[in-house]
Amino acid sequence: MAAVLADAPEWVLPMAYLIAAIFFIQGLRDMTHPRTAVRGNLISSGGMLLAVAITVLSFDLLSPLVLFAGLLVGGAIGLWLAVTVEMTEMPQLVGLFNGFGGGASAVVAGAELIDVIASDGAGALSAEVTLTAGIAGIIGAVTFSGSIVAAGKLHGAFFTSSIRYTGEHVVKLLVFGLALAGVAVLVVQPELAGEWPMAEWVPSYWFVVAAALLLGVLLVVPIGGADMPVVIALLNSYSGLAAATTGFVLDNSALIVAGTLVGASGMILTVIMCESMNRSLTNVLFGGFGEEPDDEEMEDVYEGNITETSPEEVEMLLDVAERVVIVPGYGMAVAQAQHAVAELAELLEEEGVDVEFGIHPVAGRMPGHMNVLLAEADVPYDKMRELEEVNPTFSQTDVVIVTGANDVVNPTANEDESSPIAGMPVLEVSDARSVIVNKRSLSTGFSGIPNPLFAKDNTSMLFGDAKETMQELVNQVKENR
Amino acid sequence: MSFVQNLTLFVLSAFVGYEIITKIPTNLHTPLMSGANAISGVTLVGSVVVAGSGETTLATALGFTAVVMATINVVGGYYVSHLMLDEFGGERGGG
Repeated sequence: MAAVLADAPEWVLPMAYLIAAIFFIQGLRDMTHPRTAVRGNLISSGGMLLAVAITVLSFDLLSPLVLFAGLLVGGAIGLWLAVTVEMTEMPQLVGLFNGFGGGASAVVAGAELIDVIASDGAGALSAEVTLTAGIAGIIGAVTFSGSIVAAGKLHGAFFTSSIRYTGEHVVKLLVFGLALAGVAVLVVQPELAGEWPMAEWVPSYWFVVAAALLLGVLLVVPIGGADMPVVIALLNSYSGLAAATTGFVLDNSALIVAGTLVGASGMILTVIMCESMNRSLTNVLFGGFGEEPDDEEMEDVYEGNITETSPEEVEMLLDVAERVVIVPGYGMAVAQAQHAVAELAELLEEEGVDVEFGIHPVAGRMPGHMNVLLAEADVPYDKMRELEEVNPTFSQTDVVIVTGANDVVNPTANEDESSPIAGMPVLEVSDARSVIVNKRSLSTGFSGIPNPLFAKDNTSMLFGDAKETMQELVNQVKENR
Repeated sequence: MSFVQNLTLFVLSAFVGYEIITKIPTNLHTPLMSGANAISGVTLVGSVVVAGSGETTLATALGFTAVVMATINVVGGYYVSHLMLDEFGGERGGG
């Protein structure tokens, strides 16, 4: 099938790509402001539609059926996944989508090499093309396998704990070296391909991809759950870079511009996440975070200082409170307690209590995880406060309810310089008159260190599953008003 | 275009990408990431070229795989971003 736009002037395609690029940029810009975010996403998707449509119309389609079948199948799967997802499963789904994008880039770069060799011979491959294809193969494949592992961890399907072993850095370096060696072969002697078995498949490229797939798994497997916001943000950046490098291979400006935009903006989000934990990216990726909980140390901190409370007692506290701040953590997501928490907030609001949510930037398993869950439970946007906004207000707060959070409210971060979380900005909840901590047990958070907050005089522990406990609290409040 | 022209695009786009994202409220972290992620599905454009115009069966088959994966990324990515932003719906008047 000849191209529909075969007779169009040469500038039509690049001009359409330019317009698409403007849509992407404006879309991303709008997505950084709450009021324009919905529009931004729509503008950006309009740019994508334009870029894809003009491409379909501009190229000679040798196999249109294959192309449209692919679009249909992919669109159906994507839509189905998006429609059926629970809000609590959002981190792994975003991770999975991301992996598919990276994987597609790696496959496209390889297919292009095969195509060039088939039509013009291996000699037609320039060093620029083979080099960028090699880079696209590495980044794309790392994104693919890394995202699958990250999604698996988040879903609790496999590699759920942080898996570390002696010499892991050497192993990673070795595998990375293998991938680079593959790229070197690809660049220096593409003509070698002519003498190898199955040469027309460009084996050196697929060797690179195989090594990079392994590398992606090795890189993500050792990283623990609470560091996932950083990993997801970084892989998002990588998927953009993979698309950009594939753009070099295909000499396609749409891929280069859009891919690089995502690469750069994703990197910013990654840096924000790292800063929220006061750790470097290197430390998150290779550092090996978290201690084995030390029972003796825990006893020192907790012994005799833990006050337990009950939903009835908490209800009495809330009855006389004027201002309440709720601090949610990953435990709320696991227990799917967001609806109960939102209902509690609403009940208290009706009583004239000032209720706000204090949200730590790395609470949960992806950037902004808590906000998404609370929004799903219809908590108004202006009730969710960021760390810097809410910290000064704790001294005027009567009751703080911490549900399913631990490290992000650990005062050790400010008090002990030798602690693994030293310097991490935390929610200073103990400035409030009373603090209620809802947790299943006194077990440690991701950092593996005890939390002296639990032992403070104004802290009471409300043990139990977040959903059940919050529901119990809601019932208490309803009964007594 | 020459390699250097492409490199120019790359470098300038990197600066633009860096500049347009300044202060992002925590609320928008997830939708922004997921929306940006959908943009990275632009590799679909490349997949379309390869799947539709592949000269060999192998390239066409790989192109098909890539089209499926990239379309999942694009369609799913934009749609979940929209769903999440819709959840924040109450803010649209007040911001």
